[in-house]
Amino acid sequence: MALPTVTQSLPDADRRWRDIYRYLDRPGPFMAEGFEAGAAVKEFLHSIKILVVGAGGLGCELLKDLALTGFTDIHVIDMDTIDVSNLNRQFLFRASDVGKAKAEVAASFIMRRIPGVKITPYFGKIQDKDEEYYNQFTIIICGLDSVEARRWMNATIINMYDEDDPETLKPIIDGGTEGFKGQSRIILPHMTACYECSLDMQTKPTTYPMCTIANTPRLPEHCIEWASVLEWPREFPDKKLDGDDPEHIKWLLDRASTRARHYDITGVTYSLTQGVVKNIIPAIASTNAIVAASCATEAFKIATNCATPMNNYMMYVGDQGVYTYTFELQKKEDCPVCGAVAIKIQVSPSATLQDLIDLLLDRKDIQLKKPSLRTSATSLYMQAPRALQEATRPNLSKCLSELIRDGEEVTVTDESLPISIQITVRFE
Amino acid sequence: MSLKKKKVEGEGNGPRRPKTTAAQIRLQKDLGDMDKLPGTMHLSFPDANDVFNFELTIRPDEGFYFGGTFRFTFRVNSNYPHEPPKVLCTQKIYHPNIDLDGNVCLNILREDWKPVLNINSILVGLQYLFLEPNADDPLNKDAAEVLRSNRRLFEQNVTRSMRGGSVDGVTFADVMR
Repeated sequence: MALPTVTQSLPDADRRWRDIYRYLDRPGPFMAEGFEAGAAVKEFLHSIKILVVGAGGLGCELLKDLALTGFTDIHVIDMDTIDVSNLNRQFLFRASDVGKAKAEVAASFIMRRIPGVKITPYFGKIQDKDEEYYNQFTIIICGLDSVEARRWMNATIINMYDEDDPETLKPIIDGGTEGFKGQSRIILPHMTACYECSLDMQTKPTTYPMCTIANTPRLPEHCIEWASVLEWPREFPDKKLDGDDPEHIKWLLDRASTRARHYDITGVTYSLTQGVVKNIIPAIASTNAIVAASCATEAFKIATNCATPMNNYMMYVGDQGVYTYTFELQKKEDCPVCGAVAIKIQVSPSATLQDLIDLLLDRKDIQLKKPSLRTSATSLYMQAPRALQEATRPNLSKCLSELIRDGEEVTVTDESLPISIQITVRFE
Repeated sequence: MSLKKKKVEGEGNGPRRPKTTAAQIRLQKDLGDMDKLPGTMHLSFPDANDVFNFELTIRPDEGFYFGGTFRFTFRVNSNYPHEPPKVLCTQKIYHPNIDLDGNVCLNILREDWKPVLNINSILVGLQYLFLEPNADDPLNKDAAEVLRSNRRLFEQNVTRSMRGGSVDGVTFADVMR
């Protein structure tokens, strides 16, 4: 059994990954098409960089699973610090770690426990990092807790893809759990459905009708929503409610309790108040374990090609026995992230915005009628509403060099097009 | 490695790397397509580059609220359209579905919001609130009670409140200017 060079220095590498190597040392009838057994695939597994996004409930499981599966160059990014309520399931943390950075504590725990594995933590937001950072990884695996963070990761990784550089295509494996339910999925940018393609499938946070919370509360949640949605802004018009500030939660709890008593409702507690405000769904440790195991297994299959990765979405329901179903989510043709058409346009810097629009209108391949154009920061020309049209009309006669930088991306939408178009404007 | 092979096969529709977020693109589409707004509604933008924050003016052309000018602020967040915009009425008005702080009870602004809805759907919903105030989903309970029990009195109260008068000891904003 030949040992790959990266791990030769490790005394027990052949025993540590013995079972993994059984899969990688020889071909077999169940391997994925194109699998090549031998030292090279082991070397690849041990040398590629994989990024774990999130070091919470899923993240702890993922780091452990990946490290024990033979990934030896793992990076982890998380903006959170450890809270005492994490300790029941985020098993890389101890009571003495409360207040410390999750990414850093998790990294040092795994490295202490599994020699030969290098984990590089980053304590901060995913938005702190740019394309250069994300581009160093071969696989990105996410254990996130919000739709917002997932949309950002998805759009960032998908937009990084450059057809001239195949290395920029990064598979994303996304895990998610909510109580007894969970999902894992694989996103291959521009090849499979992306996160944005299936955005309308996401359950939205529980909300209650405004008039119910204002007038006819029946549940403790109604009283808490009344306190946070109606009473807080009335009392503190300029102060943003912070679900992590105990003073804020206590104030809400007080108000909500008084209201609950008045309507003869029971069950308003501190933890429910915080739960409603932060939209917390109680986490189940074993759901995290199952979903993370699925994600890590898919990462292993993608990295080694020793078996066919799932296609492409696995749902797991654990509240009545165990039910899972794997199916293919379809790509959405008019997805704003992966369905956008990208074109490059060369113009003279002295051309006006009107010239650029005329150039776009002339193109038979995109069939625009009334295009609206924006960069990420400015409205170049908007066809509607009238106020925006009037405010941006003077731009039409301006030189492009006054409005945009060389190489800047411009987003074009048009009422005759269901999708958007991203144009990269290069000056001649 | 097959991962590399996949990369070569995976030639998409060309490179793209906008820093523009999905929420921005969607909002640009929502707004850019709104060239047929009815004359009763007007959108204005304090900063034309910031499409996430804007104001709506409604001038109902019939119904109880005919002749008034009603103003709302829209705040759209980066999670749009997963989350609905936050909409507030900036004037103190007498309306069964709008409270004295400007909160609006409209189902698609909260529990019935769906990502397939857009800014235009909300405008239609708000316009409808002025044509058909709804006594069954009250935010201003007193106003709703009057609407239910005595439409004539409700009409008088609305007319008085719209001129900046007071109803039941509450002084309302003059929306006739």
